[in-house]
Amino acid sequence: MKIVVCVKQVPDSAAKMMVEDGRITWGDAPLVINPWDEFAVEAALLQQESLGGDVIALSIGGESAKEALKHALAMGCGEAILVSDPALASSDSQGIAQVLAAAIRKIGDVNLTFFGKQAIDGDMGVTAAQTARSLGWPILSLVSVIQSLDPGAGKIRVGRATEEGRQVVDSRLPAVVSVGKDFAEPRYPSFMGIRKASRATIPTWSLGDLGVSAPASLVKWPEVNNPPSRQVVTELITGDTPQEIAEKLADKILAEKVL
Amino acid sequence: MSNQVWVYIDQFKGKAHPGSWEALGAGSSLAQKQGGGVTALVFGAGSPAVAEQAFQYGAGEVFYSDDASLADYRAEAYTALLAKLVRQGAPQVLLFPTTTRGRELAAMSAIDLETGVMPDVTALEVVEGRVLALRPVYAGKLFAKTACSADPQIITTRTRAFPSPQPDPGRSGTATRVEPALAEDAIATQVIEYTESGGGVSVSDAAVIVSGGRGVSNNPALTPPAGLDEKQAEIWRAQQGFKLVGDLAQVLGGAVGASRAAVDAGYIPYEHQVGQTGKVVSPDLYIACGISGAIQHQAGMRTSKVIVAINKDPEAPIFKMARFGVVGDLFAILPALTQALHTKLGK
Repeated sequence: MKIVVCVKQVPDSAAKMMVEDGRITWGDAPLVINPWDEFAVEAALLQQESLGGDVIALSIGGESAKEALKHALAMGCGEAILVSDPALASSDSQGIAQVLAAAIRKIGDVNLTFFGKQAIDGDMGVTAAQTARSLGWPILSLVSVIQSLDPGAGKIRVGRATEEGRQVVDSRLPAVVSVGKDFAEPRYPSFMGIRKASRATIPTWSLGDLGVSAPASLVKWPEVNNPPSRQVVTELITGDTPQEIAEKLADKILAEKVL
Repeated sequence: MSNQVWVYIDQFKGKAHPGSWEALGAGSSLAQKQGGGVTALVFGAGSPAVAEQAFQYGAGEVFYSDDASLADYRAEAYTALLAKLVRQGAPQVLLFPTTTRGRELAAMSAIDLETGVMPDVTALEVVEGRVLALRPVYAGKLFAKTACSADPQIITTRTRAFPSPQPDPGRSGTATRVEPALAEDAIATQVIEYTESGGGVSVSDAAVIVSGGRGVSNNPALTPPAGLDEKQAEIWRAQQGFKLVGDLAQVLGGAVGASRAAVDAGYIPYEHQVGQTGKVVSPDLYIACGISGAIQHQAGMRTSKVIVAINKDPEAPIFKMARFGVVGDLFAILPALTQALHTKLGK
């Protein structure tokens, strides 16, 4: 069985994001593997542990994205591949999906591709579905459990969350699966894993290597701004007893006319 | 001329997701600027009834399909039909509500229609005939104005960001039934089983959210039952705390939220988590109990209309964003607040 897990390098979730002179900055906050993608790596490794096979971590980005791939290697992925090309600098999600699809085709004979729910930078939440569509594979999104997986018969059964409840879905393989946080807690990289990852050589593929031209970038961000600052004057509610405080607070809340 | 704005109505078993009508309202506003109407699309079991409703909420034309192959939502089958209809009608704008299904269909349609998608937008404007969509990014730490240079410009509207139109029972029309685009054997997935979640209001849709953090486990007055180890005792304490949170939520008809710390500590299931790695919410009223307000939590609730914070630590960052704050013991204040609101709301 061959599994690909797609990961992205993003600014740490604790980073203070700012716009300075039209550019997005995050001060000295570190770049990390997208937290959602750690769940995807965990899901991929669990399948490998029960059925055998290879797990390959795949990312698109600059040289620094190798750090996200190294995290995936340290967690236990056997291989990592970086797709890097100056022509991808301003790609939109459709372009990224098409390039990921080309890389997955080049890897070849892939049964399953895992994604996290979304990346915490662009918050698009569309790359798994768009990559599936570009590959012509089914998408199983927000999967919380894989009930059965049979790469030989080309079948998978998953449980997934929807707005109204939970579904059990059967699908043919190959397929794309995106996982939620309820799949399984991601493991910490082991000491041995970190050592192995630090020594790993990560091949870099260009668009030329994939045999594709730079995709058109149709969606742009002509303007990025800091959020409108919240002009709040905090009113502290005090009183001698909890009941007195509660009475005052209840009146204040009702006066806001939001109930 | 056919309508230039189309809206996908996300529905489940004959009940439209409320975000669908918000998307339809946003679509009507865009269409009015060009002097046109809105076309709505409804697929799945129960879609004829929802199609009727779509006219009341402002659609001028409705296409629906309740074919057996579309009874359950399946991404491939729905995308194929959607893309086929959109190719025929060639609208400039295609809107979806940001539900799990809506976001997925929007994403896949953009590939089929060779255009772009702008998900989870909170405001729309038209500049020189093109849509400029406002999107919170980095969990709302920044706002990006986004544009797509191809048609249709595909957009998903964030739930509760756009007003829902008033339905007009006097409005009606004749919906057009359409045939599916894929034969059953061309669809790779099958829905085997479905379980409805056990009641309660979801944080994503709630107008009121009462949230608990690590602080809800710290009630010194409680003695856990004998035989629990330290961790079990902590969780037991937290569950007693979340009962108080839940009581207030119930009186207000709201949902129970939680901080990441509370979810990671095992106090409450993940579906309640508000924040950067949970749900991003914008209720009318957000009451944070025992939540210090880490930047990741703030990112998930900063667009709430009125924020109330109850915390024993006067230095907690949550107070900086709160309209009303109480520095004190939440285990005493919460039950009193529940009682006071219960009385004042006459419930």
